[in-house]
Parts: sequence; structure tokens; C-alpha cells
Amino acid sequence: MKPEDIIRPENKVYARPELLTDRDTHYCPGCSHGVVHRLVAELLAEMGLADKTIGIAPVGCAVFAYNYINVDWIEAAHGRAPALATAASRLNPDRMVFTYQGDGDLAAIGTAETIHACNRGENITIIFINNAIYGMTGGQMAPTTLLGMKTATTPYGRTAELNGYPLAITNLLAQLDGTCYVTRQAVHTPAAVRKAKGAIKKAFENTLGKRGTSVVEIVATCNSGWKLTPAQSNEWMAEHMFAKYPLGDLKNE
Amino acid sequence: MAKVYGAVTIDSRRCKGCELCVVACPCDVLQLQPKEVNDRGYHFAYASKPEACIGCAACATVCPDACIEVYRVVDRGN
Repeated sequence: MKPEDIIRPENKVYARPELLTDRDTHYCPGCSHGVVHRLVAELLAEMGLADKTIGIAPVGCAVFAYNYINVDWIEAAHGRAPALATAASRLNPDRMVFTYQGDGDLAAIGTAETIHACNRGENITIIFINNAIYGMTGGQMAPTTLLGMKTATTPYGRTAELNGYPLAITNLLAQLDGTCYVTRQAVHTPAAVRKAKGAIKKAFENTLGKRGTSVVEIVATCNSGWKLTPAQSNEWMAEHMFAKYPLGDLKNE
Repeated sequence: MAKVYGAVTIDSRRCKGCELCVVACPCDVLQLQPKEVNDRGYHFAYASKPEACIGCAACATVCPDACIEVYRVVDRGN
């Protein structure tokens, strides 16, 4: 069969999601953010939520998320996305509100907002991209950086004596009564991407059903910060990150 | 037995040459351009063995820049 016989509209099985804007992302080649943006755009269209969604953008690499997914967005101050999401969801109970945050945003400067929003059981979804590093500012150590991991501010590797231990904040959030669904996923293989999409879908459904806070952690790569190629980053993540941050549901009520 | 024919189109202007699709493809259809680059200087992906494609969309599923579209035809022989 010739390519021109196959490449026809009726045979299309995968297309660029319509909710993604035409703008090229500023992310580095191979960045996990692009994949998660795509999943969010696909899900919002599939679930018919394009006009019902308010996204809260973080500070970090994903600060320009509002340029890429064509729904309503609010840009939060660093770490304050869950606080802003609280206001947005309480004032607009008919809207599906989600935050999209990185580990420096959610697990460092925004720890208080994150924990208290989850503890209050706000009807929001928190999408948490954990790449164990501050990507945007040049690869400094984050709370989630693994022991022994080299970053710009731990050039000899993170040590517990000097820098403390990596923070598995999702495990903390699973202990809180306000959360209804806490899961940890990854997007390094096609199968993992499909599972992550299912997890985000479930979280959005929980938010629509007003069941409490849903947290979807995506263990992600930062190949620029890790100084590896995108493919090597995925291998490194599977080998090292999953030991500290194992995939799977932590809470599903 | 049914035979599956697939094809991909890649937006070479948008592709950043991250190579994740090349790794994800189970049939070794895709490669990065060895010499040619796009406007932004990336060695973009292309189908070097298009006849091997089964339209599984694994490449599109892992593409961070959503620049791959996938087509599939199932020929049941009738």
C-alpha cells in the first residue's frame, strides 16, 4: 500500500490535539512538560471541558503553560497556585479548576499552600511535575533531588548531612483527609503515557464530582538539568527516580 | 490474516529532534536527519523505513511537541 493511500483523513488515528495552540513550546527538546501538556489538552477536549476549565499556571518552566493550552488560565505567584485555585473553584463552582506545578513550586516555596489546600479538601486537581531539579533557573537542587544527585548547587552530589533528605511530598499529601485521589505516574514510555492520561482523567472526574483534592504526580525528566540526552534521561529516571518515587496509586477513595 | 499498514507525518518545522519517537518506535521506522536541519537548527525526525510502519502511534504518544500525526489502514483481505 502506498503512503498516499494511507495518509487520508479517514485513516487518521492520532492528530495534534485541537486545544494546543499553534505556538511552539519554549521547552527543551524531549522535556516531559510537552507530553503532559498534550495529555491535558487531549483530555479537556475529550471530556468537553474546554469552556469549563480554569488552569492555574505556576512559576517555573511551565510558567507559560497559558500560551500553549487554549483554556482560561490564571498565573499564580511562585508556589501559590493551590491558594489561587481555592479562590477560583469556590467562586466558580461550575468550573473545573486545576493547577499545574513543578517540584520547586509545589514542594519548596509552595509547601504551605499545597498542604493546606489538600487538607481543606478543595475541589481541585493538582498536576505535579517532579523532575528533582530547578530546571528554569539553571539546574539547582530542589527538595526532591535524590541523594547523591549532582546539580548546580550540589556539584559533588546531594548529601543528607548538608542538604537533608529528598522530599516525597506526594506521600505526605496522601495522608491528609482532604485528598481523594493521590497517584504517581510517569511519561517515559507509550504505556506509561497512556496510564498517566487515565490518572489525569480520573483526577478531573473527581474534581467535577466535588470529591476533594486530587493529586497526580508525574515523575519527569529534565535532560538539560541532568546533562543527559532525552533518551538517556528516561533510562536514568527509570533506574534511579523510581526507587525513591515508585509509580502507582497512593490513595484512591 | 489482516494486515496493518501505517504511516506518519512529521511536522519537521516544529520537531526539536529529541529522538524520543525514534526510541519508542517498535518497528525502527523513524530516524533523525543525519545532516539536514530545520529553521531552528534541529535534526528533525523522518520516516526512514515508512513501509515498516504499523500505525501504532507509539511515536506520537511520547512526542513532547505533538508534531507527529498517525494514519492506519487495516486490510482484512476482502
